[in-house]
Amino acid sequence: MKPAERMKIDRQPMTEQDASARAKNFREVNQGYADEAATQEALRCLKCKDAKCVNGCPVGIDIAGFVGAVADGDLNKAANILLAANVLPGITGRVCPQETQCEQYCVRGKKGVSVGIGYLERFVADWARENREDLFEPPPPTGKKVAVVGSGPAGLTCAGELSKMGHAVTIFEALHKAGGVLVYGIPEFRLPNHIVEAEVDGLRRRGVDIVTDVVIGQTYTIPELLEEEGFHAVFVGNGAGLPVFQGIPGENLKGVYSANEFLTRVNLMGGYMFDAGETDTPIIRASQAVVVGGGNTAMDSVRTAKRLGANPATLIYRRSREEMPARVEEIKHAEEEGVIFRLLNNPIEILGDDKGWVRAVRCIKMELGEPDDSGRRRPVPVEGSEFELPCQVFIEAIGTGANPLLTQTTPGLEVNRWGNIIVDENNMTSIPGVFAGGDIVRGGATVILAMGDGKGSSVAMHEYLMNGK
Amino acid sequence: MFPIRKAVWLAPKVRLIEVEAQRVAKHHQPGHFVIIRVRDPGERIPLTMATSDAQAGTITLVVQVVGATTEMLCDLEAGESILNVVGPLGKPTEIEDFGHAVLVGGGVGTAVIYPQAEALKKVGNTVSAIIGGRTKEYVIFEKELAEHCDVVHPCTDDGSYGYNGFVTGKLQELLEDESQKIGAVITAGPVPMMRAIAKVTKPFNVRTIVSLNPIMVDGTGMCGGCRVSVGGETKFACVDGPEFEAQDVDFDELVDRLATYQTQEKIAWDRLHKCQDCSKS
Ligand SMILES: Cc1cc2nc3c(=O)[nH]c(=O)nc-3n(C[C@H](O)[C@H](O)[C@H](O)COP(=O)(O)OP(=O)(O)OC[C@H]3O[C@@H](n4cnc5c(N)ncnc54)[C@H](O)[C@@H]3O)c2cc1C
Ligand SMILES: Cc1cc2nc3c(=O)[nH]c(=O)nc-3n(C[C@H](O)[C@H](O)[C@H](O)COP(=O)(O)OP(=O)(O)OC[C@H]3O[C@@H](n4cnc5c(N)ncnc54)[C@H](O)[C@@H]3O)c2cc1C
Ligand code: FES
Repeated sequence: MKPAERMKIDRQPMTEQDASARAKNFREVNQGYADEAATQEALRCLKCKDAKCVNGCPVGIDIAGFVGAVADGDLNKAANILLAANVLPGITGRVCPQETQCEQYCVRGKKGVSVGIGYLERFVADWARENREDLFEPPPPTGKKVAVVGSGPAGLTCAGELSKMGHAVTIFEALHKAGGVLVYGIPEFRLPNHIVEAEVDGLRRRGVDIVTDVVIGQTYTIPELLEEEGFHAVFVGNGAGLPVFQGIPGENLKGVYSANEFLTRVNLMGGYMFDAGETDTPIIRASQAVVVGGGNTAMDSVRTAKRLGANPATLIYRRSREEMPARVEEIKHAEEEGVIFRLLNNPIEILGDDKGWVRAVRCIKMELGEPDDSGRRRPVPVEGSEFELPCQVFIEAIGTGANPLLTQTTPGLEVNRWGNIIVDENNMTSIPGVFAGGDIVRGGATVILAMGDGKGSSVAMHEYLMNGK
Repeated sequence: MFPIRKAVWLAPKVRLIEVEAQRVAKHHQPGHFVIIRVRDPGERIPLTMATSDAQAGTITLVVQVVGATTEMLCDLEAGESILNVVGPLGKPTEIEDFGHAVLVGGGVGTAVIYPQAEALKKVGNTVSAIIGGRTKEYVIFEKELAEHCDVVHPCTDDGSYGYNGFVTGKLQELLEDESQKIGAVITAGPVPMMRAIAKVTKPFNVRTIVSLNPIMVDGTGMCGGCRVSVGGETKFACVDGPEFEAQDVDFDELVDRLATYQTQEKIAWDRLHKCQDCSKS
């Protein structure tokens, strides 16, 4: 097909569950491309000689290659290309902020809409999961044992890569289920748990041992893993799971949640099925819910509250829409589902009733002043603009910090002033043989960056294990 | 899976459960707790370890039936298994030589103070224990505590055994007796009891440590659901505690937060009983 013909094809829309229906259920919003839509979308790729899209991909997927294979109808080949660079494509195809990564560099985006690289990635990953056997030749064992702390995207990727190299890998996970934020944070309507389970099972089949219910720093310390448990190297991918509260009055009222608690109760523990009698973990269903924050976590929380019956479910954010760090698609979906956005507002106090339950949140209007360190204009309160928003559930989604549980019990492990682990260019920490990556190093970042760290670390760890460097 | 080695009733609705949990047993110190899940799907609930045996790889829990999950757990027999056991969690008790340490246990809290008694004795304390129950049959761990304590004072609300009255009454007596030279009071039990103890010790200026039991989810500092106010600061009981200085604790807030899910807890309880009835008939 000639470029001119390719240029004529419009971006294929994603099939979505109807907004009013999906605002009441936890099934996945995006339903995936049909075969024909996928082919059409792939044909939109202009096959640039010097394709820029790959520069926007933290794991360097040969995007033109796999998209071209989809256009040719060779899904097997597309899957081979994709899986060679990315072990969790079904996940990244759903949650990567493509608009600031690969798709931002796509030439078609210059004069129109970029190729739907994320949607195609998802399409190929889902096809592969459903249609082919994970063929796998066990590599010759190296005799080296590696411990991976945490089963989020950083840990899973690192473990997968190391096992491909023939190392015996054990993942230690604190929770009862593997997947990190992918299973306890990101809701089912965006990333169904069975997709994560399938990817995790793939690792198990490759011989990765996943041991849940182990908290490193409590059950074992890192020195113990190295000195007593026989591990030759350790990768730390324990995430940035410590919830940050704003420190405003009323935070300990009943009905106030950190986003982490709210989402964990709903996703990991299945709290949304409590009323149906299918799970034992309770969650408060409010008729009015307010969430503070502007990132993916805030968006997930407010859309979850909406699905639990809140009307209105309101999001307050102290900056304006342009500064919201959430994925563009999530903001769009939230709006379609009827979430109310109260931008340039900030909560200053949570108000309770005489029984200790939240009844409202007091907010103040903000305006944008001079740019701050992040380059974004600093929000400043507008004096005298306070008002009350009634709510029975209030959720704080303003960010997370480094959990000190592991770092405190590891003598000699250097951290910065926010508690994030310091690593060198090979992702090695101040302790030889101990590597780290993902959110514990970067602070709250993204799934794909965590995976990139896991992969990069695996290469350095292999070098360390085989050559002692 | 974590196999149960032994399960026996110690008192009405109070069951001792010995579970195989090698990794946890190896690292257990007094004050530590575990979080368990009986089955899937299932709630995660925190339980303190009463004892452990690193050699045998077992830990011992003492559980009181108060709701759906504790009931399901206490229905299990030796030979059956618990799906998940994670730990040890929390900070261990600070064990130091206080001179004379008085441990106060109410209900299943009596099991919590047991490993503390042993450790406090080892570092040279004179150790007294005051243990309470509604009636004689609710007094547990008396014999076990006697192995490590210089003296054990059982108390019953109805006077059917030992001291006639609440543990606070006995504690008051000891505090008023200057020859006792009490250096610290360490307590675990129902919140109203711990609050009453804090009130009793306050005028005597004796260091008092309570073991708090807010609602928890992960037990690793990830959710913040277990937050308690201590000395005007918010603390996560699962990682900063569960033991805190009694005089600094906001007990009203703790009691209030524990009631968050009352409605749902009742639903879960009724549901469990309904299906037990239907499976029986
Ligand atoms: C609600 C929410 C939505 C998000 N949405 C997106 C999105 O759409 N797109 C995107 O790219 N990113 C998103 N992110 C960010 C992304 O999920 C994270 O950047 C990513 O998961 C970090 O991966 P990680 O492997 O470093 O850590 P995590 O995913 O946090 O995993 C860490 C794991 O380690 C375990 N652990 C912690 N401490 C210990 C210990 N001491 N011992 C053993 N195990 C331990 C934890 O239980 C957890 O399972 C979102 C984050 C949240 C919270
Ligand atoms: C650190 C810690 C250690 C604990 N150690 C023990 C122990 O050794 N033995 C023991 O029997 N119990 C212990 N508990 C309490 C135990 O966790 C609860 O009894 C249990 O979670 C109740 O679950 P359920 O589903 O049976 O009852 P639910 O139906 O959830 O609750 C029934 C009743 O118990 C109260 N309750 C709910 N959760 C808690 C809680 N976390 N703490 C106290 N009361 C609660 C509720 O307010 C309600 O009135 C401990 C709690 C903590 C936080
Ligand atoms: S139980 Fe989640 S932070 Fe303590």
